[in-house]
Amino acid sequence: MNSSLGWMRPLIPEEIVLVSALLALVLDLAVLRRKSLAARAVGIGSAACLGCLAAMVWIARGQDDATAEMLALTPLTQFLKIVLLALTLVVVVISFGARFSRHLGEYFALLLIATAGLMLLISSDNLLIIFIALELLSLPLYVLTAFNKASLASAEAALKYFLFGSVASAFTLFGISLLYGLTGDLQLGTIGAKLGAQAVEPVFYAALVMTLAGFAFKVAAAPLHFWAPDVYQGAPAPIACFIASGSKVASFFVLARIIVAGFGPWHGSAAWDQFRAGWMPLLAVLAVLSMVVGNIAALVQTSVKRLLAYSAVAHGGYALLAFFGDSRQMLLSLFFYVITYSLTVLGAFAVVAVVENSGGCDRLADWAGLGRRAPLLSACMFVFMLSLAGIPPLSGFFGKFYLFTAAVAGAPPLGMLWLVIVAVGASAISLYYYLQVLKQIYAAEPPAGSQPFRPPYPALFSIALLAGLVIALGCAPGWLLGKLSVVLTSSAF
Amino acid sequence: MLAWTIYISFLGAAALALLPPESRRAARLTALLTALAGLAIALVGAAQYERQAPAGALVDLVNVPWIPDPDIGFHLAADGVSITLVLLTGIVAVAGVLFSWNIERRTREFFALYLALIGGVYGVFLSFDLFLLFVFYEIAIIPKYFLIAIWGSTRREYGAMKLALYSLVGSAMVLIGLIAAYVRSGAQTFDLLKLSQFPFPFAFQNWAFLLVFVGFAILAGLWPFHTWAPVGHVAAPTAASMLLAGVVMKLGAYGALRVAMTLFPDGLRAWQNEIALLAVIGIVYGATVALVQRDFKFVIGYSSVSHMGFVLLGLMTLTQIGLSGAVLQMFSHGIIAGLLFAVVGRMIYDRVHTRELSALQPMNLSVLAPFAAVTFVLAGAASMGLPGFSGFIAELQVLVGAWGSFPLLTILAGAGLLVGIAYMVRVWIKAFFAENDLKSGVIQIEPISIPERAGALLLLAATVLIGLWPGLLLNLITPTLHSPLFQRLVKGGPP
Repeated sequence: MNSSLGWMRPLIPEEIVLVSALLALVLDLAVLRRKSLAARAVGIGSAACLGCLAAMVWIARGQDDATAEMLALTPLTQFLKIVLLALTLVVVVISFGARFSRHLGEYFALLLIATAGLMLLISSDNLLIIFIALELLSLPLYVLTAFNKASLASAEAALKYFLFGSVASAFTLFGISLLYGLTGDLQLGTIGAKLGAQAVEPVFYAALVMTLAGFAFKVAAAPLHFWAPDVYQGAPAPIACFIASGSKVASFFVLARIIVAGFGPWHGSAAWDQFRAGWMPLLAVLAVLSMVVGNIAALVQTSVKRLLAYSAVAHGGYALLAFFGDSRQMLLSLFFYVITYSLTVLGAFAVVAVVENSGGCDRLADWAGLGRRAPLLSACMFVFMLSLAGIPPLSGFFGKFYLFTAAVAGAPPLGMLWLVIVAVGASAISLYYYLQVLKQIYAAEPPAGSQPFRPPYPALFSIALLAGLVIALGCAPGWLLGKLSVVLTSSAF
Repeated sequence: MLAWTIYISFLGAAALALLPPESRRAARLTALLTALAGLAIALVGAAQYERQAPAGALVDLVNVPWIPDPDIGFHLAADGVSITLVLLTGIVAVAGVLFSWNIERRTREFFALYLALIGGVYGVFLSFDLFLLFVFYEIAIIPKYFLIAIWGSTRREYGAMKLALYSLVGSAMVLIGLIAAYVRSGAQTFDLLKLSQFPFPFAFQNWAFLLVFVGFAILAGLWPFHTWAPVGHVAAPTAASMLLAGVVMKLGAYGALRVAMTLFPDGLRAWQNEIALLAVIGIVYGATVALVQRDFKFVIGYSSVSHMGFVLLGLMTLTQIGLSGAVLQMFSHGIIAGLLFAVVGRMIYDRVHTRELSALQPMNLSVLAPFAAVTFVLAGAASMGLPGFSGFIAELQVLVGAWGSFPLLTILAGAGLLVGIAYMVRVWIKAFFAENDLKSGVIQIEPISIPERAGALLLLAATVLIGLWPGLLLNLITPTLHSPLFQRLVKGGPP
């Protein structure tokens, strides 16, 4: 490669994804103009799939020796990028059956641009780049949320998402500017070192709260979760998949980076009767609120998508428990949990998408008797729901178990037991609403005259694959843990 | 060998899931063969254990590493207590299939869930890694919910959800206790044998014991957390109520003994009196409430609460004889409750479609269904604790063990036994032997089928065999209770 373009080298995977986004647009305009909607979906979707695959292959070849200022490319980030691309791949495959729009070229292009934003977000080591990547991710998502033009709910959701999102971005930006004012630097590692060396000033806490508020919005932690139910319900189902899975993995990763590398020393304490100011009590409050609000609100939902949205709020709360572990346990348990959760929730939303495309709806009552109309699809939903509820031997159980163990074991030992008690209790409540869904699918009678329906094969195949992964990672979590452990060690996180 | 009871049950469930939906006959036969194979393996395994292992020893079945980082092993092992309960599960599982022979709606799914539940139960009884035990314990929750919610009767959705949530809250308490014990010990292992070596400080044991014990005991029907039991039993289809009362309640009692008591013996001593009091309240309360029920199945449901009180009382005596009585009572109640629910649910309710005692009264059931009447009289006699049946020796041992520690409570528990005779005689008379004009109101019902007869005979044979020859099981149980793991629990034993 030309040396003057050498700065582009570390970003080649992102560039591949962006090029395939442009390709999707061109393909739609030039080649597939007069074809049927289904043919265009498959054609453009396949191009998008190829783009994701090419980027995955490029990363997997291990050409990450290139480094750049403001970027941190470690084995961990490369591994997570592969995971994110795989999640996007599934979203693209589910979109094959999409009937909500005729503007398929734009749809897939925006999806790919958002994916590039995710990847950049993970690579960045600099607060400004993080902010830019967040915007690169968010702007396409606002548009994609509104993509179902026939639906008022979709437009409303997008507006809500946009307003909340831009306010949250403003908070983040303000927090970043305060951090810059305190340390004179934007590089995460340097900020951490400088903060650790100086006495804590009140304005630091303002910076902390502002920055965390932005990310709490991204991971839909209560009390910044109000956008989630509307967006999950109003957005086209594949986009809800994307927001719930890929976007969440990346946001948690960046949150962990900022906290470990940037705010590390100022952790304070959230142990029972030893509260001290810092980021730990702040996260403890977010975690408790998310778990309680998410689980209780989910109890009364009658729409499967809203139910999953509130469950996502609750799961965000569980994931926050990881931050109370010791540094290594914290990252291991956080990534294991977030990755397995995103596989599960992606699968669950994919099932919702398939049911919607086949003429159903996301109201709980419309799922009655699905178990006999589409047995394989229902069996997969069974796996996803029970995994979300944390029933062994599914990966959701081991993920939670590992999180809880890490939080209890963090210093001081047993100090965070109170939070784990809240989490375990909240998780026990959650079985109620997951069982409501399964009860509709299996125990309720199908409505008279309903036909068995055959889901499209690509979607069914990817859903079954996800269900298989959820089972396999629950029965043999050692594989993913081992893999994460290796990349964490070699990343010197 | 014994480990195959678990595998074969799950294999059977998987095979059933793959059968075509319409093949009812094949589904029934697969389920029966799987359950029989499980029972056969349990019997052979028990015989092997008695012949080969030194008395009371813990025999490893499988012990391979499973998850490396928090050191979790796939550790299955067996001692006399586990084998007794595995045998119970085998017998009740076979009988349950026989009494579900008439399930026509979604037969294949019914038996698949049934076998999955059985597999989980076998797993709990044989696990010696706490994580693994917990996994099997939770695996058993979900099939219970669906068995009741899909095939149940009275208020089935309410009963199923109540049961699932009570179980899950209980297991949540257990989970917190286990994680805390894991972290507190610093041993980086979940192996029961290693963790039970660790001397937890008393302040820790004090709350951890209560948390884990109550968490398990919820499923054993400990008063005042018993309310799921009557509701769940009544809502469940026959085979599920047989399993619920027969083996699932034993999961709770077994967990309380195996995990809570062996891990935290000092905490146990601190709470011994309070829990014994709750157990006796359960005995008396369950029996008294059973005395005034109008629904036949509720009588049996509350009687289960009462009889499980004896198990918990026996555990709290902390004497050899009391503990041995508790384990024997788990076996005995499992068989007898299974039989009682089979008569009420399958032989009576499925035929006359009512369980109201006042409605059964004019039906002359002893004439219409003499086999059911005889079975119920025998099962009732066993439930009262008459000599010659297994309940007699078990409850006697519990009372003898309890006398030394809590004389007053023992007298109350004895009074509970008397009430137990009263409610059983009451339902005998009301349901079967009411004084009627024989000509009035004679209805036709289908005769008792062969699978039902076989199932009833199997259960009756088990309770009579153990009643006449308790040594068969006591030879397994007593030496095990002398083993070091349990010896620490007994008063005056080594610390």
